[in-house]
Amino acid sequence: MMFPKTFRFVASALLSAVLAAVPVAANASGAELRLDKAPLQFDNASLQNGAKLFVNYCLNCHSASYVRYNRLQQIGLTDPLIRDNLLFTADKVGDLMKVALRREDAKQWFGAAPPDLSVIARARSGEFGTGADWIYTYLRKFYRDDSRPTGWNNTVFPNVGMPNVLWTLQGQQVAHFVDKTDEHGVTAKHLEKLELSQPGKLSKEEFDEDVADLVSFIAWMGEPAQEMRQQIGLYVLAVLAVLAVLSYMLKRAFWKDVH
Amino acid sequence: MNKLAQQLMGWVDERFPATKMYKEHLSEYYAPKNFNFWYFFGSLALLVLVIQIVTGIFLVMHYKPDASLNASGIPVAFASVEYIMRDVPGGWIIRYMHSTGASAFFIVVYLHMFRGLLYGSYRKPRELIWLFGVGIFLCLMAEAFFGYLLPWGQMSGWGAQVIVNLFEAIPVIGKDLSIWIRGDFVVSDATLNRFFSFHVIAIPLVLIGLVAAHIIALHEVGSNNPDGVEIKKHKDANGIPLDGIPFHPYYTVKDIFGCVIFLMVFSAIIFFMPEGGGYFLEYNNFVPYDQLQTPPHIAPVWYFTPYYSILRATTSDFLPWLMALVAATGGLTVLTARNALVRIIAAVLSIVVLIALLTLEAKVWGVVMMGGSVMLFALLPWLDQSPVKSIRYKGSLFKSILAVWVVCFLILGYLGVLPPSPTGKIVSQVCSILYLAFFAFMPWFSRMDKTLPVPERVTSE
Repeated sequence: MMFPKTFRFVASALLSAVLAAVPVAANASGAELRLDKAPLQFDNASLQNGAKLFVNYCLNCHSASYVRYNRLQQIGLTDPLIRDNLLFTADKVGDLMKVALRREDAKQWFGAAPPDLSVIARARSGEFGTGADWIYTYLRKFYRDDSRPTGWNNTVFPNVGMPNVLWTLQGQQVAHFVDKTDEHGVTAKHLEKLELSQPGKLSKEEFDEDVADLVSFIAWMGEPAQEMRQQIGLYVLAVLAVLAVLSYMLKRAFWKDVH
Repeated sequence: MNKLAQQLMGWVDERFPATKMYKEHLSEYYAPKNFNFWYFFGSLALLVLVIQIVTGIFLVMHYKPDASLNASGIPVAFASVEYIMRDVPGGWIIRYMHSTGASAFFIVVYLHMFRGLLYGSYRKPRELIWLFGVGIFLCLMAEAFFGYLLPWGQMSGWGAQVIVNLFEAIPVIGKDLSIWIRGDFVVSDATLNRFFSFHVIAIPLVLIGLVAAHIIALHEVGSNNPDGVEIKKHKDANGIPLDGIPFHPYYTVKDIFGCVIFLMVFSAIIFFMPEGGGYFLEYNNFVPYDQLQTPPHIAPVWYFTPYYSILRATTSDFLPWLMALVAATGGLTVLTARNALVRIIAAVLSIVVLIALLTLEAKVWGVVMMGGSVMLFALLPWLDQSPVKSIRYKGSLFKSILAVWVVCFLILGYLGVLPPSPTGKIVSQVCSILYLAFFAFMPWFSRMDKTLPVPERVTSE
């Protein structure tokens, strides 16, 4: 009664449509971008470390102008802690995370104004991975390139205007390229590997952990309501499930006399 | 107490037909007793409309249709959406309800329309219900298109740019027309403000009027049902259809159950995957709109993609296929139509369209095809010549053609999400032709179809 034949007919039509469309999907994607899976951790310790790194290393050029400092209460910080440790350019903990860097200047210095990072983790999502994966990989794939104005280049975002701001922590990497000839006879440079030429303050593992914390913070900042959203969601679904049972019983009771 | 209530109701009824309307539309509106799963989507569409209006009212309290840049270099409109998401208490839930509601609206309306196709709900005497419905569908598309500009992300701006540029294809006046629509040479503050106006007042007014007309017309002629038989043919001594049950309480309690199930799916999306995997909220739309930076791949939201695919399929090498289709339909009409006037009109019309296809460029036809493939739904009441209404009593010919059409529609929708590719183009051209052929040849295949005898009364499975 509830799922008539026509429903089954549509379901089978849907299935065949999906099967027919699959080969086309394989053709559509262009050059592949290999992203490392970001090991995100949303506990307060990781997010607080991420916040510290963000304010110290990112928030000089990049704003997060939809985020208020006192939003960090949500990750376990108190107003005095925020005021004493994180408030460098703003006066009040209720202020937005803005930067003093003028966009016109930045455009001249780097070729492009640094984007606001409030929702960057959501914007960078795509077919190759989540936005967090993208940022996690990007921040670890800088290498020295003397042909670039900043002396830095990046394998995830080639010829990016941003230099490697984390180099004191990571150290310096150099890229090794090999010449590869494709089936059309065109020879091009392909990245073989990145090699650490000069170590930084942190070991590779320590650095990866710090970047993971930073990316976790950036991902959290993209949607601070996310945790609350999922908590509320469970209650909403539970209430609706009870309502579903009750409304079904109500319907059954009323429909008893319909034959 | 009861007496007082009666007196009060009597006082109102002498001045406003409250009780009369309650009876006509709820307690004494007799609906067939054999509605199935497909009959939930009408009431669900009404529920989503209410959700969209109520959440929309609250969003407008905080949203700012302003393309100028704030101190951090972010467009005010874009920043105000993030302000709603972060600083307005409960703002994120209202915004996600509205953004998910847009997709939900199209899901329930597409299923509601498909129900009409299955059971012939557009057939006599329900042609006007169907036409009002097509009007609602068009309004919905306009509403979604105007609303999508408001978050002022890259997809908002560039999507609007692509669609408004389509008007440039219109010969002679096209260029000026598209500038007039935008109010500027590119999508800008002027465009944002007028789209805001259309989204929050102009289109909703028309939409609500059409919904009222849709329901009034439905309650005038009565609901169709999965058997496609008229329940009004068999009435008892009191003039009540034998197979009818009062809408209230029977269908109100049933629809409450449907609404709860819908709200469970709706909430699961809002609370656990509000981006819908990039289909409900596109990732690139989290980047503020930049007039100087075209994204590499501009994809419309999923509900427009079947028609976007048809637009992209219409290239110059596609025109001969279209000419063949026009010639075949025109030829068939001339050969088989009984009325001489119809034959003459069909012949003249086909020749005019064929000449136009030879002279006008493909860009124009892309736009005509995209708009036309939506408008074709309006002709269904007259294209379907089958002696039976419901798919239950139609033959295998009609069923298999409908199945092919559904598959084509879904493939077109899928291809519209992807960047253009040579394989995709050929597949979408084949599907576009089949999509059109479904409508173009319906008068013939619906008549040739071997139908089953229709029962006198509704059946229950």
